[in-house]
Amino acid sequence: MQYIPNILFIIALAAGVGYFTLNIRKIIRNIKLGHEVDASNHTSERWGNVVRIALGQSKMVVRPIPGLLHIIVYVGFIIINIEVLEIIIDGIFGTHRVLSTVLPIGLYNFLIASFEILALLVLVGVILFWTRRNIQKIKRFWANEMTGWPKNDANYILYFEMVLMILFLTMNAADQQLQTLGAAHYVEAGSYPVSKFIVPFFSNLSEATLIAIERGAWWLHILGILVFLNYLYFSKHLHIILAFPNVYFGKVVPKGKFKNLDSVTNEVKMMMDPNVDPFAAPAEGATEAPAKFGASDVTDLSRIQLLNAYTCTECGRCTSECPANITGKKLSPRKIMMDTRDRLEEIGKNIDKNGEFKPDGKQLLDDYITREELWACTTCNACVEACPVSIDPLSIIMDMRQYLVMEQSAAPTELNVSMTNIENNGAPWPYNQMDRLNWKDEN
Amino acid sequence: MAEYMAQGKQPEILFWVGCAGSFDDRAKKITKAFVKLLNKANIDFAVLGTEESCTGDPAKRAGNEFLFQMQAMTNIEVLNGYEIKKIVTACPHCFNTIKNEYPGLGGNYEIMHHTQFLKSLMEEGRLKVEGGKFKGKRITFHDPCYLGRANGEYEAPRELLQKLEVELVEMKRCKSRGLCCGAGGAQMFKEPEPGKKDINVERTEEALETAPKIIAAACPFCNTMMTDGVKAKHAEDNVQVLDVAEMIANAEDL
Repeated sequence: MQYIPNILFIIALAAGVGYFTLNIRKIIRNIKLGHEVDASNHTSERWGNVVRIALGQSKMVVRPIPGLLHIIVYVGFIIINIEVLEIIIDGIFGTHRVLSTVLPIGLYNFLIASFEILALLVLVGVILFWTRRNIQKIKRFWANEMTGWPKNDANYILYFEMVLMILFLTMNAADQQLQTLGAAHYVEAGSYPVSKFIVPFFSNLSEATLIAIERGAWWLHILGILVFLNYLYFSKHLHIILAFPNVYFGKVVPKGKFKNLDSVTNEVKMMMDPNVDPFAAPAEGATEAPAKFGASDVTDLSRIQLLNAYTCTECGRCTSECPANITGKKLSPRKIMMDTRDRLEEIGKNIDKNGEFKPDGKQLLDDYITREELWACTTCNACVEACPVSIDPLSIIMDMRQYLVMEQSAAPTELNVSMTNIENNGAPWPYNQMDRLNWKDEN
Repeated sequence: MAEYMAQGKQPEILFWVGCAGSFDDRAKKITKAFVKLLNKANIDFAVLGTEESCTGDPAKRAGNEFLFQMQAMTNIEVLNGYEIKKIVTACPHCFNTIKNEYPGLGGNYEIMHHTQFLKSLMEEGRLKVEGGKFKGKRITFHDPCYLGRANGEYEAPRELLQKLEVELVEMKRCKSRGLCCGAGGAQMFKEPEPGKKDINVERTEEALETAPKIIAAACPFCNTMMTDGVKAKHAEDNVQVLDVAEMIANAEDL
């Protein structure tokens, strides 16, 4: 009988980790629906970015207040995980505060004290985040795409973190009182600079009640963490994991450098080479259908772009820097990322259900992202610059424009006019190429 | 350039004028101002003249990769034919395209934006610039996206302005967070999508908040957009929009 808690714990842990792994595999499968890109170059620069941008949060502090709050929550999250390690060992083996028996007690006390201080800071940080979102109503959290699920999702995450921190501190407070009472199993260990202020509320409680509170908080805390872990997949919060690979795979060439399509290069080279036989039969084995130019659905995008979509945590810094969005146009780079993920998830569910993708008559273009949004972009790179985790919404906009222009000839009329001008007279305006040097003799 | 080639000479630089610099009345003034500076510094330069063609930037940003690559390859053939090594241009869009997108198609050149080139001339002592009539004037600088964010050059134009001893005031959104003028991504050649406001008006309002005498620009398209913005705000009597090169040339009444 005495092993029942251990067994229950192991079952809960296995279920939590197992389901999470299952969903992570789904994410990987979905990302692999995109086409491969070679990102084997610039290795040292990529690692540098991971250290600076992801670990070092360099882009977060561009906006100092949320940046600082985020660093607190982030550092707290990472360091408090050491405590979770102890909880897991205790849970499996039925020990209590096992690290206090292996680590020097001074170090253990120091660790517990720092967890407590961080927990308090995280709690304060998260409450301020909530206030910014719901009381201060900061504009980027109230944009058009931030209604319904995205809005609730953001708040649920904050509530989760608040509850977890409160449980953690309650557990420690009850533990202290039990240590004072000399309860069996409760080793005297730890230093509690924060939760000691909760202890007075527990001073009149019996040992049994205290154990119930301590165990209750302990269980709810670890179960809460497991539930939160699994909530990630359904929420916008995956950035806590994906930010690191995403930054690694982020753009390492100048932002102004847009990729040249190789398929087009081949065509153009053929056109310009007088030795090419236009009627030549395709080479043996070249049965591959010509690739589609640009993107109309998520499967036309690259794996990095799809990883971008899963990484986006909908903070809206991109949108709040976007000149089109600022001036009231429909385009929102954040919505581009959210739409991409939503469509990818839809395709993923379709595959789950049917074993393979069954055409559903939908696509990213028009069903999610409208042409009006795509044509409002000035390609100014403000969104790319603003993203704290190196997401590139502009690349998706560009790929979709390429589809519109090269597959559908569906550019806005004025653009067609200037493109015709470029073709005919080498300038976007209808001037004669022979007049190019006229400025030389004008005054 | 053909003349240089015929004489078997190579100029120090090729000045890539660009479509705006060749045809747009406002931008032609920038071209001429820059040429005056080149002459003053005794730079041996050439232009492609009628052999120059659009770099393909607006086509590429509009999604017409095909037209872009046609333009690019044609230009590269011409440039390579003349064995061009070093190009300077007064247009950040041409600059970006030649710098970043031509190498992949066989066009490898040393390319500089005119503000970078002028800065290097001053550092080498080949061009002297003094405050002249702009000394102490309140001036704000609008970062072109394709010079700044796209290629990380924020300082060259500012250093030139400092050489002019102006009082440089920054806008709320500047450098890496500078707001676009609204022309990029081929927007110059189409009407904007429906919204509350035009982007150039938004940006001009921001510039006017700094109460400048001059809004300095470093891109012919930004120049047009900001000039239109200033007109829309009926501020053209008090505020001028000038390219950094024009300012340097005007400072000395060249």
